[in-house]
Amino acid sequence: MVLGSVPVKYRVTIDRDRCMECGRCIENCPYGTFRWEGDKITAVSRNCTACHRCIAMCPRDAIGLEERPVDYRSHPVWTVEAREAIFNQARTGRVILAGMGNAQPLPSIFDRLLLDACQVTNPSIDPLREPMELRTYIGKKPKRLEFSRTGAGDVELETKLTPNLMLETPIMIGHMSYGAISLNAQLALARAVHKTGTFMGTGEGGMHPNLYPYQDRLIVQVASGRFGVGIDYLERGAAIEIKIGQGAKPGIGGHLPGEKVCADVSCTRMIPLGSDAISPAPHHDIYSIEDLAQLVRSLKEATEWKKPVFVKIAAVHNAAAIAAGIARSGADAVVVDGFRGGTGAAPKVFRDHVGIPIEAAVSAVDAKLRDQGVRNEISVIASGGIRNSADVTKAIALGADAIYIGTAALVAMGCRVCGNCYRGLCPWGIATQRPDLVARLDPEKEAVHVANLIEAWTLEVSELMGAAGINAIESLRGNRDRLRGYMLDEGMLEVLDVLPAGA
Amino acid sequence: MVKKIDAAGLHYTPLNRQVREAVAAGEDEIVIEHVLGQRFIADGLVGEVTLVVNGVPGGDIGMFMRGPTVVVHGNADHAPGNTMEAGRLVIHGSAGDAVAHSMRGGMVFVRDDIGYRGGIHMKAYNARHPYLVVGGEARAFLGEYMAGGTILLLRRGSKEPFAERGLASGIHGGEIFVRGEVDDGCLAVGAVKKSFGDEERAGIRPLIEEYCRHFGCDAAPLLADDYTRIGPASARPFAGKYTWE
Amino acid sequence: MCGIISVVDRSGAAMDGARIRDALAMMNERGSGEGAGYAVYGAYPEYAECYALHVFFDNIIETKAALDTLLETWGAIVHEEEIPTYEQPHLKKVHTPWRYFFRPDPSLMTGTPSPEEDIVTYLVMKVNTAIPGTLIYSSGKNIGVFKAAGWPEEVADFYRIQDYKGYIWLAHNRYPTNTRGWWGGAHPFNLLDWSVVHNGEITSYGTNRRYIESFGYKCTMFTDTEVVAYLVDLLARRHGLDEGLAVRALAPPFWDEIDGMPEREKNLYRAIRLTYGSAMMNGPFAIVVANRDGIVGFTDRIKLRPLVAAEEGDRLYISSEEAAIRRMAPELDRVWMPRAGEPVIGRVR
Repeated sequence: MVLGSVPVKYRVTIDRDRCMECGRCIENCPYGTFRWEGDKITAVSRNCTACHRCIAMCPRDAIGLEERPVDYRSHPVWTVEAREAIFNQARTGRVILAGMGNAQPLPSIFDRLLLDACQVTNPSIDPLREPMELRTYIGKKPKRLEFSRTGAGDVELETKLTPNLMLETPIMIGHMSYGAISLNAQLALARAVHKTGTFMGTGEGGMHPNLYPYQDRLIVQVASGRFGVGIDYLERGAAIEIKIGQGAKPGIGGHLPGEKVCADVSCTRMIPLGSDAISPAPHHDIYSIEDLAQLVRSLKEATEWKKPVFVKIAAVHNAAAIAAGIARSGADAVVVDGFRGGTGAAPKVFRDHVGIPIEAAVSAVDAKLRDQGVRNEISVIASGGIRNSADVTKAIALGADAIYIGTAALVAMGCRVCGNCYRGLCPWGIATQRPDLVARLDPEKEAVHVANLIEAWTLEVSELMGAAGINAIESLRGNRDRLRGYMLDEGMLEVLDVLPAGA
Repeated sequence: MVKKIDAAGLHYTPLNRQVREAVAAGEDEIVIEHVLGQRFIADGLVGEVTLVVNGVPGGDIGMFMRGPTVVVHGNADHAPGNTMEAGRLVIHGSAGDAVAHSMRGGMVFVRDDIGYRGGIHMKAYNARHPYLVVGGEARAFLGEYMAGGTILLLRRGSKEPFAERGLASGIHGGEIFVRGEVDDGCLAVGAVKKSFGDEERAGIRPLIEEYCRHFGCDAAPLLADDYTRIGPASARPFAGKYTWE
Repeated sequence: MCGIISVVDRSGAAMDGARIRDALAMMNERGSGEGAGYAVYGAYPEYAECYALHVFFDNIIETKAALDTLLETWGAIVHEEEIPTYEQPHLKKVHTPWRYFFRPDPSLMTGTPSPEEDIVTYLVMKVNTAIPGTLIYSSGKNIGVFKAAGWPEEVADFYRIQDYKGYIWLAHNRYPTNTRGWWGGAHPFNLLDWSVVHNGEITSYGTNRRYIESFGYKCTMFTDTEVVAYLVDLLARRHGLDEGLAVRALAPPFWDEIDGMPEREKNLYRAIRLTYGSAMMNGPFAIVVANRDGIVGFTDRIKLRPLVAAEEGDRLYISSEEAAIRRMAPELDRVWMPRAGEPVIGRVR
């Protein structure tokens, strides 16, 4: 079988009237899209990933970019993507690797949920002049409190609370490891969470010493590869997260290619320079739920029961029951990562076809935990495809205590969702370890951008709450009465426990 | 000549109708006896008349009023002086929440305490300038959203600094004077402390004197005391909130 | 909007219902003629040891036998009768109000320290969800709730409320919004010892309902107030919080206030918010809750609804309006407006 060249995905054009041949596009494109031809710059469109770096850097707005400039014969079943995937696999015989989140054109449930607002029967609250409380505690809460009375008649609290993380906003940054993203990117995120009173995950790549000053806002991760895990690492984290799976690739492990394991990554991960960092699919000390409880307890024992332990799972079909099991393991929070969750690299077939939407998963988890009377045992963190403050608000109304963002924080730092993270050439200095590219990301400046994003969303969430007449986030959590479904089928409405619009 | 109206068992509509008829007939003083819970007394009333209300009126007394003086011997319910335009409201007692809500002119004197959100969204324009003078305490969100006018809180009998939350939250015009200290923690968004000097002291002097005249107390110690003056940091406290799409 | 008024005589002396009828009717501006009701503690001294179950039957022929059987399964009916009513020109009698004096058999409910109460709670939830045309709306000992769709004075006259005597009265004048003006939707709401009257709207209802239902309660009345009765039952009876703490769980201090408290108090209030966050009520409300020991009134945390308290000798009054209180007691020793979220407690000595 002979296969011809696949048509270009993007066409890059240079407006000759505007171009002043400064060469910045050539310097900025790590994919080799631009080159000198004599004293003229020309574009090799086939190399382009639509990362927009050249467009952002061109001082004259001279670069044009067009997606899919070559038409295929249209066909509703044999889409361009389907045909090109076949070309690729026919040529290589391999698994197709992809980056970022699910790219299937499936309808978003968030977009079909509508929020409520007050009119007449109760007043809206203006969060700028009335108190509005978004403070969120993540961790185990007692089912009930026990009190005693002192001789003087004062109430004495008998119940002892276990450690919780205190967040000033329910927006957290999820785990993106050093290795998957650059140190500068991690530093920017760490400064942003410090500034905004929230937390971020380190990912499973260990903690670089440059992050130590921010460790009280870092959640360290213990994944199946145990990279970088040691008692010092565990002690440094504000909390510890056991990663069972992630929404972009449920049921499989991860793979950081050896070429990304530079000296620093090697030492942070505690693996030899240049060797592949392979995370197995399961933890090989967890083959059942009771084994998870053992790992939770061993982490708590190691850190003297001072730190909350989270368990992150991918939103799979049975997520609710799994979460109920996790609630009984002693874990303090369960992170549910929906099928739109991002990744640096995942097999395309997993990214696009495995798992369920976070909206359905978080609803089912919250309902199941309540049904079993264990909702206070555990906090629920929703993640995977949270794009704006409306998604945040809806996720909380569906039952989440807090949310993780990942891609959104990267976009705040410049990411254009080109989806080529796995190539390690991120022109924005985010998903790369190449020093010249990493240096492009100014951690100070990008920390401000990420913090701005969190602050703006937090303000919008409080505005939405205020419009609904709610002044504390506890009263939004699981308050599905304040949501209505629009163009959702009856079965989905039932899962979400949400009424249709007009009802 | 004094016109008497017995309000016992009377709904507010016939009560106000009698008041308006009396005003139209040229009465300059109307005494309403046995008031209990009637709302909207003197609602939208225009004229130079004095109303004496004996009893406990319902909410919104003096709402939309322009001109009359209303003297209440009893506690007023919510929002006395609501959106009032001109005239005087003198309450020999306490009042509920949202006193002087959106008041745009005239004066409200309350001998004792007021509830939450006193003076909310009071506003001034050209010659119209509303005044709210309270002898006792005020609860949280005093002067919230305030756009103009003057609030004077005398806190007679209180020694501790004023510490109710949300003071002048979102204020973008007008001034609040609180006798004594104000805890910094209760100053809400947009509110700042400003200097209190001779000019300001002279400015509130007539208010204190009138308060004391109405309620028969000694003005001297109140005039001698220090006040905390609170005003807006800017006329546009929320200007930095938005970005363009 | 709704108007509420309640009174407790702290010496335990009985008051008849004549004056509260007039006081409630004074607040007709706050109602819409679609619901009013009264709860009286000490209503049934002759059956003080029995649970007085007040039931609305859609009709007696089809639905009553099922309830009789169920009650006899779980205990003994000591006495039963139709609640006497008196025809009113504008009040349509759409239900037959009935009362049972019921003694549950504690041996039938195991694994609980309060078998009798748990049987009654179970029966209320079961009947109201599973037996159509039957609604138990009052289930306490020596307590009676009397309510219907109509103006306060009509409902009072319909039951001849002046004929009942008690040391605590709760009354409510309803302006319905979220549900139609049906009899079951009128206040007070009652479960066992707890009765609630409420003015306002609970914007956290969706959260509160899901929370309380995870403890086995079932919300059946289509209105947000019901959930308050169950929350108080959970916090005060099952979790043993006193009135003050229960109110602090339902309308807690703000975090900035908690942060500024002395250490011991800070830990206490933080624990309450963390543990009972889903029980916290949001939105505008003024509420009075009663049990046999007294009444407690409170508002939401930013005081979006009015509440006035007053004292006259042994009597403590809590109402939406001072004028209503003065209708009952023109000369008061003390009148005050409680702070947002601050409980006003009137305990029977």
